[in-house]
Amino acid sequence: MEEVEIISFEDAFGRLEETVASLEQGDLSLERALVLFEVGTQLVHRCNMMLDAAELRLKQLVPDGDGYVVEDLEV
Amino acid sequence: MQIYPVGSVTRYLKELLDSDSILRDLWVEGEISNFSVSPAGHAYFTLKDTGGQLRCALFRGRLSGLGGYRPANGDSVIAHGRVSIYETQGNLQLYVDLLRPQGLGELYLQFELLRSRLEQEGLFDPARKRPLPRFPRRIGIVTSPTGAVLHDIVDVIGRRYPLAELLVAPTMVQGDRAAALVGQAIGAVNEYGEVDVIILARGGGSLEDLWPFNEETVARAIYASRAPVISAIGHETDYTIADFVADVRAPTPSAAAELVVPDQREYRAAVAAMRERLAMDFDRRIEAGRALVDQLSWRMSRSSPQALIARRRQQADELGLKARTLLSHRVELLRARLEARSLQLRSLDPAAVLERGYSICTMSDRVVKSVEQVNDGDRVTVQVSDGKFYTNVAL
Repeated sequence: MEEVEIISFEDAFGRLEETVASLEQGDLSLERALVLFEVGTQLVHRCNMMLDAAELRLKQLVPDGDGYVVEDLEV
Repeated sequence: MQIYPVGSVTRYLKELLDSDSILRDLWVEGEISNFSVSPAGHAYFTLKDTGGQLRCALFRGRLSGLGGYRPANGDSVIAHGRVSIYETQGNLQLYVDLLRPQGLGELYLQFELLRSRLEQEGLFDPARKRPLPRFPRRIGIVTSPTGAVLHDIVDVIGRRYPLAELLVAPTMVQGDRAAALVGQAIGAVNEYGEVDVIILARGGGSLEDLWPFNEETVARAIYASRAPVISAIGHETDYTIADFVADVRAPTPSAAAELVVPDQREYRAAVAAMRERLAMDFDRRIEAGRALVDQLSWRMSRSSPQALIARRRQQADELGLKARTLLSHRVELLRARLEARSLQLRSLDPAAVLERGYSICTMSDRVVKSVEQVNDGDRVTVQVSDGKFYTNVAL
């Protein structure tokens, strides 16, 4: 059983597109198709979860000695 | 005396004007009046002073090259262009390619010089402009920390794509020090910020307010930026040198925010559509599998021992039925024959003959059929239907 690791929304969405395309065009064994279906379902869930959980994070660049550091920003 | 059609006269005038070296490359100063912009985006106005006036046309492409200056009635300006005649209407016109307020003439000269120099160096080259990332992880924003601009950008991105992270590099956006500070901010964001894209934004203002974004420092900082830069300076019609160098120019800060991130609603819809497709594909496969199994199962059941036995049994039943039918036919046939024979026999029965009134005459157990067989006085037995009696013959 393939595992879905921690990835970005971009990666998850891209892999979901690939999985659906493989299922729809490929000449797959039933066993392989079931595996892909499971992966696809997990990716759908993950994409929705990421969108639901997202909260815009605000940071700012602040001078620090010769350079800068990234700090949280209250707006 | 030569008579000319009007068209030839206007063409002659046009050729005369177009070939004049002064009129082809003319700097004119005057005051703007009757300024208007046509629906197509071209500007028409009159330049006048106490001595006379000249109609002017400034086409849309040129209008955007004014570095932030917006012409208005009453402005004292310097215009550059060529004088010609608009044949169709028969009027004299100055076709303007440069327009600047008189007071800021020096500033505008700098602007023009810088613009053409940077353009020649290739800073505005469309081929160099980089595409914006589709799913930015971190977005740098170089702008004033106060005011509506940052607020608008945060609002739009928060609504559309909260997955992103915003990194604000606060800076001054007008005044003498602004150009240097904006340039530093862009550099810092690239070096320390780890951003995928940068929004450079400031709100509307006068030409002087926007001026820092016409400076070489800012242009070079944008050109050197590793991350693509999207500029949103001033109002929709304001174009600064920063806008020409940037990878993408947005008309307003909110528009920049919309260009830089995808709309999560689109992605939610796309994810939902893919879930649908997954489900449909799954159902299709199950149905196909089921149909196949049903077919095989049917074929199997036809060949199973039970099926074979049942078939044999049926065959046996059929044969049995056939046999019984044949047998009963035969029996019927024999019975009929028997009936016929028995009727025949019954009609030959001697008892039936006796019933009819005949009698059988016997003598010494021999049936008397002829007169010759008996003599007078012989004793004969007469058998009738219900018994027998004796009698003597009398011939």
